[in-house]
Amino acid sequence: MKVLVPIKRVIDYNVKARVKPDNSDVDLANVKMAINPFCEIAVEEAVRLKEAGTATEIIVVSIGDKSCQEQLRTALALGADRAIQIEADTNLDSLNIAKLLQKVVEEEAPQLVILGKQAIDSDNNQTGQMLGALTGMAQGTFASEVKVEGDKVNVTREIDGGLQTVALNLPAIVTTDLRLNEPRYASLPNIMKAKRKPLAVKPAADFGIDLTARTKLLKVTPPADRQAGIVVETVDELIEKLKNEAKVIS
Amino acid sequence: MSILVFAEHDNSTLKAETLKTVAAAQAIGDDITLLVAGHNCQAVADAAVKVNGVSKVLLADNAAYEHQLAENVSLLVTELASDYEHIIATALSTGKNFMPRVAALLDVTQISDIIGVESSDTFVRPIYAGNAIATVQSLDSKKVITVRSTAFDAVATDGNAELVALDSVTDAGTSSHVSDELTVSERPDLGAAGVVISGGRGMQNGDNFKLLEGVADKLGAAIGASRAAVDAGFVPNDMQVGQTGKIVAPDLYIAVGISGAIQHLAGMKDSKIIVAINKDPEAPIFQVADYGIVADLFDALPELEGKL
Repeated sequence: MKVLVPIKRVIDYNVKARVKPDNSDVDLANVKMAINPFCEIAVEEAVRLKEAGTATEIIVVSIGDKSCQEQLRTALALGADRAIQIEADTNLDSLNIAKLLQKVVEEEAPQLVILGKQAIDSDNNQTGQMLGALTGMAQGTFASEVKVEGDKVNVTREIDGGLQTVALNLPAIVTTDLRLNEPRYASLPNIMKAKRKPLAVKPAADFGIDLTARTKLLKVTPPADRQAGIVVETVDELIEKLKNEAKVIS
Repeated sequence: MSILVFAEHDNSTLKAETLKTVAAAQAIGDDITLLVAGHNCQAVADAAVKVNGVSKVLLADNAAYEHQLAENVSLLVTELASDYEHIIATALSTGKNFMPRVAALLDVTQISDIIGVESSDTFVRPIYAGNAIATVQSLDSKKVITVRSTAFDAVATDGNAELVALDSVTDAGTSSHVSDELTVSERPDLGAAGVVISGGRGMQNGDNFKLLEGVADKLGAAIGASRAAVDAGFVPNDMQVGQTGKIVAPDLYIAVGISGAIQHLAGMKDSKIIVAINKDPEAPIFQVADYGIVADLFDALPELEGKL
């Protein structure tokens, strides 16, 4: 079966985002960018499905300007077969992203779409679920285990109180959580091979979707600073402070 | 301004976070309806009618909603949505799961995880793991919102709302529930606890989390963990506090053997008092801690337990 993996280019997770002095947005100039960690887990899961003989073809897709081709090449080096870049503004609302992906789903007819549960920049946690609603597919979000069995996929999900397993009719949506797998590193030969794999570029305008913004970013500010407190020398002193100064224990 | 709030529950108890989400709804408007969707969940409805600020409780009690499958619940909420300008859920695993489907079915985008209300269409939310705070205006006719409950104070529960039973059933028929594997714990829920004690990579292994239990018992605390501890396989993921785990804001947060990566700070830095126990004096956790002890946790924890 065909597996579609939408991925996002984001700030590297080790980099601390800084707000622009004019409070218009976060400053991404000269910041190290990478494939969103949850998207990387999604690519890895697809590759494992292919290695297990379940998946036959893995298509990765990213929506953004030319720079996201770098992350598509990374995904190809990890084992995806071909890539699609939908050329668009990098700051589309999740709903518009989901609508573009819906068109890709209609064209490619994948049996499984695997996405990261959230991007670590906007922290929205929306796109997979929205794509599910638009395509009418069932979803297994926050997945820690994915098992394809016949015309169904069983997804074990990380929920607040523990784990939940659901059975979904295929085609279906899966969004990844941290423990689903540990992504591999791309080997040098695979990085070289990835350069020759097909990467199609399609302008977003060709999809015939109204991509008008649904939200307006009014301002972005740094969070309220938390002042560092004091270092106490002994456990006794800590307990005394918590009781008498902070008054949080009795 | 009519508002529909989705109640988080487990078919027997209304989750305390819902009281905070209702508070967020009150900051938007005062005509608030609470939706209880589940199965054999009359007890939840009985609790819901007492939530202050709520004028009406809708009860959708049907097997199709027993496990609150996103496919079915999103159809129900979408069907009800025509009567409301704002549709609000708590940013817990159920709300995060189904609400974006509601938004897409209504052809609007969602504003996730709000921590403040500026006006009926403008909201404040953290982005980049809380390293930036965005003020966002929704341009859609309907607003679909999830609320970070730790940012709001719970409403009281001495109200008296009208209870209306719904009889229409929406079953998408595309998914089914197989099993639950829930962590059984005598301790308070991480999201609702007044005191949280968390362990990180410095705990070295899962067995050593027992050292936290002794202190937690004395303080009536919930036990959490950093992503590093979860990734290392010490403890299950439902204990994870951080950007992609649970967001907590207790009165007292004790971080033990946690260095303080930005992803972890994102989940706990709104706690009232933060205590850090770490043997590395340079650990970034000390920059946000109100009280720090530079000590080996294997000495400090037993001593703390003994002296509390």
